[in-house]
Amino acid sequence: MRFKGKVWKFKDDVNTDEIIPARYLSTTDPSELGRHCMEDIDPDFSKKISKGDIIVAGRNFGCGSSREHAQIAIKGAGISCVIAESFARIFLRNAINMGLPILEVKDIGGIKEGDYLEVDLNSGSISDLTEQKEYKAKPLPKFIQEIIRSGGLLRWIKKTNGSVKLKAQSAKLKRKT
Amino acid sequence: MAYTITEKILLAHTDKKTIAPGDFIYAKIDLALGNDITAPIAIQEFEAIGVKKVFDRNKIALVPDHFTPAKDKKSAEQAKILQRFARKHKIVNYFEVGQMGVEHALLPEKGLVGPGDLVIGADSHTCTYGALGAFSTGIGSTDLAAAFITGCVWLKVPKSIKFIYHGRLRPWVGGKDLILHTIGDIGVDGALYMAMEFSGEVISALSMDDRFSMCNMAIEAGGKSGIIEPDDITFRYIKSVVRRSSFVVRKEIQRLKSDEGARYHKVVEYDAAKIEPQVSSPHLPSNAGPVSKFKNVKIDQALIGSCTNGRISDFRIAAKILKGKKVNSNVRLILIPATQRVYSQVIEEGLAEIFLKAGAVLSTPSCGPCLGGHLGILASGERAIATTNRNFRGRMGHPDSEVYLSSPAVAAASAIKGRIAHPEEI
Repeated sequence: MRFKGKVWKFKDDVNTDEIIPARYLSTTDPSELGRHCMEDIDPDFSKKISKGDIIVAGRNFGCGSSREHAQIAIKGAGISCVIAESFARIFLRNAINMGLPILEVKDIGGIKEGDYLEVDLNSGSISDLTEQKEYKAKPLPKFIQEIIRSGGLLRWIKKTNGSVKLKAQSAKLKRKT
Repeated sequence: MAYTITEKILLAHTDKKTIAPGDFIYAKIDLALGNDITAPIAIQEFEAIGVKKVFDRNKIALVPDHFTPAKDKKSAEQAKILQRFARKHKIVNYFEVGQMGVEHALLPEKGLVGPGDLVIGADSHTCTYGALGAFSTGIGSTDLAAAFITGCVWLKVPKSIKFIYHGRLRPWVGGKDLILHTIGDIGVDGALYMAMEFSGEVISALSMDDRFSMCNMAIEAGGKSGIIEPDDITFRYIKSVVRRSSFVVRKEIQRLKSDEGARYHKVVEYDAAKIEPQVSSPHLPSNAGPVSKFKNVKIDQALIGSCTNGRISDFRIAAKILKGKKVNSNVRLILIPATQRVYSQVIEEGLAEIFLKAGAVLSTPSCGPCLGGHLGILASGERAIATTNRNFRGRMGHPDSEVYLSSPAVAAASAIKGRIAHPEEI
């Protein structure tokens, strides 16, 4: 999967209350949640961005709640992928399980707001077309790649026939990881 | 092989022979939890995939606690999704308003979690049950849907950090102060992806309610879980809540401790005698400092409740401070017992009368204002002191409002003074 889009930069510790404030949690509608994405940081965020744009953030992106409304809001707003120096753990697993592309890059200091990026999700390579710089994301563990390749956790379970094949599956995982 | 308590529990829930931090495991769960915010998404996903039956109707807990009693039409619809699913699948542990409570206070009280269990919940504060010597962690709705189907969860075995608290606590210092101080020390990602193991003589002497407060906030340091080795205090608590009259503490549970020589990412030690009551200023839980640093901060609201500090001992402390006193005329004091049982105790023990005479509001159980839901939302420019767990921007209402985190003792004292205050001042 490849993406090309404009960068919107965020600081360290962007939390799930900022990604989607709790006052909107009484719905799960992607377009409605998308309209309120990052609203308390920038009220016009969802209006300013174009489909395919990319969020670039510092450390601990998505800290706080376990709400998948955060991923739904980001996807609903039209963001193609999120690049951060690190992700909070529940946000990370939700993104994997729901198929929101994420990339972990050690130092995003050189990427500026408004830059155009080209991202190759398979190889983890990121080209900053504006600054003419290359970045490399930390490769995802094999097990996680397998879930993503299946199209998310539930499809992976369906493919592996759920609990029936649990034993065989975990034996297979043991060999791989 | 020497293991930490966390590694032991995880290993016992797989078919593996050995385990090490960094391993990916597919583990069996003892309980999967969802609420009125997260379970509706899981239920939609569960139904979309076309599965007919849940893996085990005894091992699922559904608690409509966030926006309930339903605050508006949309919230009512979300709660209805839970109720419908619970009836359809005959979910044993579904708790309707009236039996309901804030999930992480409710499940231990109902005897649904014990030492050595593996619990997952679609709520970040699921880490609370580590106080009982369980491995418990927050996951998302998709994970919850997967657990409904398979009874399993994928996990990466975390490294552990050991926190040792030496010495004796000062007056008015409790579990909440210890955890705020710890988060202040290591930062909001100081334990990212890791298990936080709390130990030392201070922890051994700590009540269950204080232990719950500590493990509850492991996530605020980025932690995957918080855990305390089960001891006599744990076993006494469990005996008091478990309905099975024949409950005996099994030998292997008695031995559920980290091995000598178990490997830790690091060991952090604190002299508890040096820790004052703590306050975390906006907008991160890691902005912690001694209460004396914040004494000029005026407040508009004080909130005592939530999955962090809505248990009976929290209200007993508040009542001790509020007895015969009046809430400052510039402050709204909102008290939300976390469960129906705590609410009853507050009434039976005469605490309710103390609170009402002081001019406080006593609400039915709900997560309520903690996450800006209802029952006490802040206006622009308003400032609250709260016994909750997060003080992110806009968490409790308007993006320009502010939340300071503290223990119930500090919140009660502050409500009387109209500004952040040390309980000693009352």
